[in-house]
Amino acid sequence: MRNSTKLIILFVLVIISILLYGFYDIKGGFDYAFPRRMTRVAAMVITGIAISYSTVVFQTITHNRILTPSVMGLGSMYEVVQTLIYFFAGSMSIWIVNKYLNFGAAITAMILFALLLYRFLFRADKHPIYLLLLIGMIIGTLLGSLVTFLQVLIDPVEYLGLQTMLFASFSKVKAELLYIAAGILLIAFVYGYFIMKKLDVMSLGRENSINLGINYDRMVMNVLILSSVLIATSTALVGPITFFGLIVANLSYQFLVTYRHSVLILGASLFSIIALVGGQFLAEHIFELRTTISVIINFVGGIYFIYLLLKESRASG
Amino acid sequence: MIEIKGITKQFGKKPVVEDVSVTIEQGTITSFIGPNGAGKSTLLSMVSRLLDADTGEVLLDKNNVKRWKSTEFAKRVSILRQANFINVRLTVRELVAFGRYPYSKGRLTSEDEKFVDQAIEYMNLADMQDKFLDELSGGQKQRAFIAMVIAQDTDYILLDEPLNNLDMKHSVQIMKILRKLVDELGRTVVIVLHDINFASVYSDRIVALKNGKLVKNGPTNEIINSEALRDIYDMDIPIQEQNGCRICVYFNSHT
Repeated sequence: MRNSTKLIILFVLVIISILLYGFYDIKGGFDYAFPRRMTRVAAMVITGIAISYSTVVFQTITHNRILTPSVMGLGSMYEVVQTLIYFFAGSMSIWIVNKYLNFGAAITAMILFALLLYRFLFRADKHPIYLLLLIGMIIGTLLGSLVTFLQVLIDPVEYLGLQTMLFASFSKVKAELLYIAAGILLIAFVYGYFIMKKLDVMSLGRENSINLGINYDRMVMNVLILSSVLIATSTALVGPITFFGLIVANLSYQFLVTYRHSVLILGASLFSIIALVGGQFLAEHIFELRTTISVIINFVGGIYFIYLLLKESRASG
Repeated sequence: MIEIKGITKQFGKKPVVEDVSVTIEQGTITSFIGPNGAGKSTLLSMVSRLLDADTGEVLLDKNNVKRWKSTEFAKRVSILRQANFINVRLTVRELVAFGRYPYSKGRLTSEDEKFVDQAIEYMNLADMQDKFLDELSGGQKQRAFIAMVIAQDTDYILLDEPLNNLDMKHSVQIMKILRKLVDELGRTVVIVLHDINFASVYSDRIVALKNGKLVKNGPTNEIINSEALRDIYDMDIPIQEQNGCRICVYFNSHT
């Protein structure tokens, strides 16, 4: 089957899942329910694309297919920001009540964190990417422990409020935030579109890329920043979804055997929209909101992650 | 013309290349030889801007390689390193087409396709051009990478131990092709070689390094003699002439 055919099939599935989610069991006020559902669909589409893009390019520059940007401690940074706000200001403070302020604080903290981390790590000398990832993982663990520590001390009622913030959810997405996020992501995507061909070359490794005239070290920096902006925005919008990027990127590699980023990223984006809209459909209508989409996705994604690890170890062993 | 002027590189406190000056003459095959750890690959990396020199400079047509626009440099000088591990699935033809990136930026014109066809033809890869790289043997893969560099159509081709892991037949094939590139197409080839006899038989000039320092630099027939080789390798190496080729018989030398 040709890749264009496969992409068309995925696209049809996307349309079907959106229609199913939009119109299924729509009783009573159509005018009430339909626009709200479509807001969620819009949030799912843009976060799906953002996560897919950032994961695929991150994996290209790190030359691996198992690590994702959240490994660099970005997801943990989101938890740190929200926990700190709850811990020091409380759930009634302006930093929680005002959604814009909360969104802005989370996004700024995550991007600053990523910039500081990369600047610090790249300034001393040109460290290999493995060291960068290792340090990222350590910092992620450190932040995670800090979060747990603060959560233990927090008032239990406040903690419940915090917990819902830390689970990814499309139900609570505010339309106003959606516009801001869409604006940021649009700018990032425009830049991201123009570097796709360079990314194709970069998958050949540093030396071959420099040979072909790519300013490799600067491009790595640009791509790391771009992927942090994408992840930060989507995380601040819906919350962290750990395994999601990993699943959709790897599904895309397996389904569309190609090196072209335009095809891989499009494939991963379509997979992610199907998974998000489908998962949301399951959470709302099958499980009747007894569980959240991030639980479903992390469950399926975790299993897939173990499968990938086993496959990799068998391939190398 | 490529001029290397007083170039030095240290890793930590240890100098790997120390104050080396060499001029690469156009239209020749120049071999870099020397014992392990002599700094041959490091020198080649600095010429091809994979690595920055600590002091000294490399000039291409009188301009420092660091000041060249990277795309323009990629149209003049190509480099192929020894380790080429790629974790994306590519066909031979797709890999060779990457050689056209400095010109096409990823959108191949019919002109680019012609260069790709020629490079594939040159490396005898026509019948396996649609195979994936991971289905090929080491020698075939090496030929595919050299084809990419040929498609890049540069005046200078730098190769870091291209004969590594190749059997005799493929080594000879590749050296003959490099000779053809120089004699027929007027390219300049700079090559790091481990096997001194390939350097003796195929290269015009030899640059010998030892402990990071330049010890010999000259036409092949001035280097391939027992005295010069003793300075380079600390071995007594008898030379035998065979059909006009000087062969170093080092296998049972005293060390």
